[in-house]
Amino acid sequence: MPAEAPAAPEVATQELTYREAVRLALEHEMAADPTVLLFGEDVGEPGGPFKTTEGLLQRFGPNRVFDTPIAENCFVGVGIGLAVTGFRPVVEIMFADFLAVAMDAVVNEAAKYRFMSGGKFEVPLTIRAIGGGTGRFGAQHSATAESWFAGVPGLKVVAVSSPSDAYGLLRTAIRDPNPVLFLEHKGLYVRKGPVQVGEGGLIPIGSARVRREGSQATVVATLLMVERALAAAQHLAADGIDVEVIDLRSIAPMDLGTVRRSVEKTGRLLTVEEQPVNQGWGNSVIASLVEAGVAFKRPPRRIGLPDYPMPYSPVLEDAVLPSAESIAATMRELVRPA
Amino acid sequence: MSEASAPTAVTTERLGHWYREMLRIRLFEDKVQELFLRNLVQGTTHLCQGQEAVSVGVSAALTPDDYVTMTYRGHGQALARGMDMEGIFAELMGKRTGVSRGLGGSMHLTDKDLNLIGCFAIVGAGLPVAVGAGMSAKLRGDGRVSVTFFGDGATNIGTFHEALNMASVWQAPVIFVIENNLYGEYTPMRKTTPIDDLAERARPFRMPGVVVDGNDVERVYAAAREAVDRARRGGGPSLLECKTYRHRGHSRTDPGKYRPDDEVKAWLARDPLLITGARLRSAGALTEDQDAGLRSELQAQVDASAERAEQADVATLADAKASTYAS
Repeated sequence: MPAEAPAAPEVATQELTYREAVRLALEHEMAADPTVLLFGEDVGEPGGPFKTTEGLLQRFGPNRVFDTPIAENCFVGVGIGLAVTGFRPVVEIMFADFLAVAMDAVVNEAAKYRFMSGGKFEVPLTIRAIGGGTGRFGAQHSATAESWFAGVPGLKVVAVSSPSDAYGLLRTAIRDPNPVLFLEHKGLYVRKGPVQVGEGGLIPIGSARVRREGSQATVVATLLMVERALAAAQHLAADGIDVEVIDLRSIAPMDLGTVRRSVEKTGRLLTVEEQPVNQGWGNSVIASLVEAGVAFKRPPRRIGLPDYPMPYSPVLEDAVLPSAESIAATMRELVRPA
Repeated sequence: MSEASAPTAVTTERLGHWYREMLRIRLFEDKVQELFLRNLVQGTTHLCQGQEAVSVGVSAALTPDDYVTMTYRGHGQALARGMDMEGIFAELMGKRTGVSRGLGGSMHLTDKDLNLIGCFAIVGAGLPVAVGAGMSAKLRGDGRVSVTFFGDGATNIGTFHEALNMASVWQAPVIFVIENNLYGEYTPMRKTTPIDDLAERARPFRMPGVVVDGNDVERVYAAAREAVDRARRGGGPSLLECKTYRHRGHSRTDPGKYRPDDEVKAWLARDPLLITGARLRSAGALTEDQDAGLRSELQAQVDASAERAEQADVATLADAKASTYAS
């Protein structure tokens, strides 16, 4: 392996885009740990289809950053083989929809590996997948895939909505001794925000984040839906409706404690996810609170995508994605029913 | 593609050791069948009687540091690689002392210390993992190789082609070993595969593909040795097709009635134990008394291992929970 260049100086807080935060997290983990590898389709010379790996090949060399054939099931399996023999690979799935191609490697191998060996193996594999709508990519390039993998014991599923979470949770995911599915949203790459870089910026997996405090209703969201929920909360504040917004950040494990504390305060709950609500994670959130005996002032609500694949037409894509307006309208119904 | 060359001479002592290993696997598998009938082993098992020469011949070409992945028909490879027999029996009986704490079962025998890094019940799943292990060795430059065992059926699934392609473009030190027993589960190969020699499938991936008599342990060893040596010196991957036959059905519920009697008869006459036994006898290294003595010694070992395993504590839910995630 080539000698490492000295790590870039870590300034405490930087204003970064979501894309830069992902790239910097990879760079910092690769600099900190020579066993971290990065591979996938076009991640080397081209710098990644969404430019999240730019410059990493040049910095870390072809033994640590390399392009693969277009064969997701196989290169995730290759990642497993590397992970159980001393490396910490990060693989990139160009569009989260392609996770379906790698379903066997993710679900049957990576997730069950440790279990099937009676706990002897660790599988420190990070699978980054880029999902979500707004790109006009149609039915096979727009999935968030959140709930496809949420019910798979042995796997952790993380979904990041901000530059600071992208940085802090990706670094934690790479250090995790378990396979972690790390979901990024392609509609968020240009968003900017403050990021605490360095060790202090690491965020534990399995902790939700209260993005906005409020007293009258709770919205739980992930990925792009978080900023739309925040925008909705902003609109509602003008009408005197005070909404709390929680970013789940981790689908598995799920931080139900944070959600529960919020709903015990507000008594009203709306879940917003960018996938069909049937079998979505909103169901788990609501069911868990009901089982725990949380008192709701109003029946909880769920919004998400309709039960058909993502349409291409820009007009239709905009219409099916939950918007700040549709979230605000549902919140209004929850807080001030007609 | 080529036919394997004549075996390099091995000492009678070494051949005798391989005979012993093959016999040990045979008696183990027969015992598993018996335990099944007594309901001590449940679910399913895929036995390898008749295919022992592949496990023993390939394993003989490896060092303890080399990586191995195998399939649900993996008892033979696990034993040939040195996995503790009692630990396997215990695993099959769902005991806490099993090699995978009773959580894996017959189809998932792994041993980190022996570099038996994976054992899969999904056809074709082991090949990409083996390529990853090969890349691991290549990146470290430590001279290890990675061997993956799989059946003829796996050569029709995507990961076979994907893994051979990746191993070739990356020149990973991987030896792909096909145990061609002529049937993908219950279906004869001629109905699923347009070629007779699966080693032909090496050619489009620009790697050597060799057909070898999988019932002749010496020939298996010689061909494996050549492929392993090439991989170790940086010559990249190889495909080794070992033609063999399972004496039993696909799994424990399958009597294998779909196979013509004369075919079964012909293959039983080519039993790897008969082939190697005859060679040892003609070299004066195995009398009938010695053979009988060896059988009773190994049978006693097998029976004692199974009995000890039977006495062990059953697997626990606490282990199941603790083994799901690493902390």
